[in-house]
Amino acid sequence: MGYALNFNLIWRHFDKLWGGLLLSLELAVISIAIGIVIGLVLAVWYVSAGRVVRAVIAAYVEFIRNVPLILLVYLVFYGLPTVVDIAYSAQTSFIATLSLYSGAYLVEVFRSGLEAVPRGQIDAGKAIGLTPWQRLIHVRLPTMLRITLPALSNTFISLFKDTSVASVISVPELTYGAQWINFNTFRIVEVYLVVTAMYLLTGYALLFGLRLVERRFRAAR
Amino acid sequence: MLGQILYALPFLAQGFALTLWVSLLVVVLSLIAGVLMGVGLVYGPAPLRWAVRIFSDTIRGIPILVLIFFVYYGLPAVGVHLQSFWAAVLALTLFKTAQVVEYLRGAVASIPKGQSEAAMAIGLTFRQRLAYVIFPQAFRRFLPPWINGVTDAVKGSALVSLLGITDLMQAINQVIGRTYEAMPLYIFGALVYFAVNYALSLASRRLERRFSFIRE
Repeated sequence: MGYALNFNLIWRHFDKLWGGLLLSLELAVISIAIGIVIGLVLAVWYVSAGRVVRAVIAAYVEFIRNVPLILLVYLVFYGLPTVVDIAYSAQTSFIATLSLYSGAYLVEVFRSGLEAVPRGQIDAGKAIGLTPWQRLIHVRLPTMLRITLPALSNTFISLFKDTSVASVISVPELTYGAQWINFNTFRIVEVYLVVTAMYLLTGYALLFGLRLVERRFRAAR
Repeated sequence: MLGQILYALPFLAQGFALTLWVSLLVVVLSLIAGVLMGVGLVYGPAPLRWAVRIFSDTIRGIPILVLIFFVYYGLPAVGVHLQSFWAAVLALTLFKTAQVVEYLRGAVASIPKGQSEAAMAIGLTFRQRLAYVIFPQAFRRFLPPWINGVTDAVKGSALVSLLGITDLMQAINQVIGRTYEAMPLYIFGALVYFAVNYALSLASRRLERRFSFIRE
């Protein structure tokens, strides 16, 4: 026994972790932005669509939600290019995967949000002569977004943690940085302590910040 | 293409069996640990409550992958030597335990306070209150999310492939390494995971609907 903690090597390579953390955040932000678009479009489409479209959207959602993320990451990065003529970097491939992944979760979030918009608001919109499109843009979506904001923040924070899976295709995010330091310096316990603290601090800072945003919007009601 | 999947099928089946075995162990162990800690969180003295709260918030705040690497690489460094299989089970169990703690806390919190006050009023002891009043009701709130959460154990188990454990994920990668048939095998794997997890989430939804008529 006798493992003496020595953080010097961690600080010497801290740029790997710091850069990794920034990349993790970047991956999460880009993916949720695309995921929100996917989620919104499909949710709005779903609530007004016929059975076939509903079945297709539901199949997409259920497939993504019930398959491990790591398998989806492999499938998109190693699998797809063997059957379709595309080439992309690991990073692009991961963003595509995580966007599709978050999109599937957000369809569900937005769909139940749309259903939670009070009937009276939609009727009021009708009564003042708004077209269906205007009702969607000015009545249903704003209310729905306010309702779904907490779920949206939770999804974002869990996406931030999910970016760690990008390390399996060597995207140099935070977990990859940890692995690099682990294999190159063997300061195993130290690096994972530091990385754990980094994930926790960032995650809870995000949570705190997003809760503030939520409170603001709730007050606006 | 199909022939190669057929040829590799026994090997893939072994991997799948390991995936199920890891998931089962994790689910059972985390259920025991999670319920005990959850009761500690709801009814325990302050220091215990704090300890469980910190445990749960820490575990849920970091990626499962980091937890798996931490346990796998970190334990030997401090002199604890586990087979990679057990390190993986331990890491996933920690992750699931934190989830079970939250399911239990949520389920117990959803039972109106009047229930335990009434139980106290008719002179039931703490244990009797839990056994006859709180738990039977909380169970209905606990079961659907818990069953749905089993899918997280199955999905999370795919990460143990990174420790060189031949679960379904790793078996698929090995077969691809041999045959270069990436897409059919990944799709096959996705369908297998899907079948297991979708069945679980359907069961969860059905139970939820069945219990939903019960109103306090």
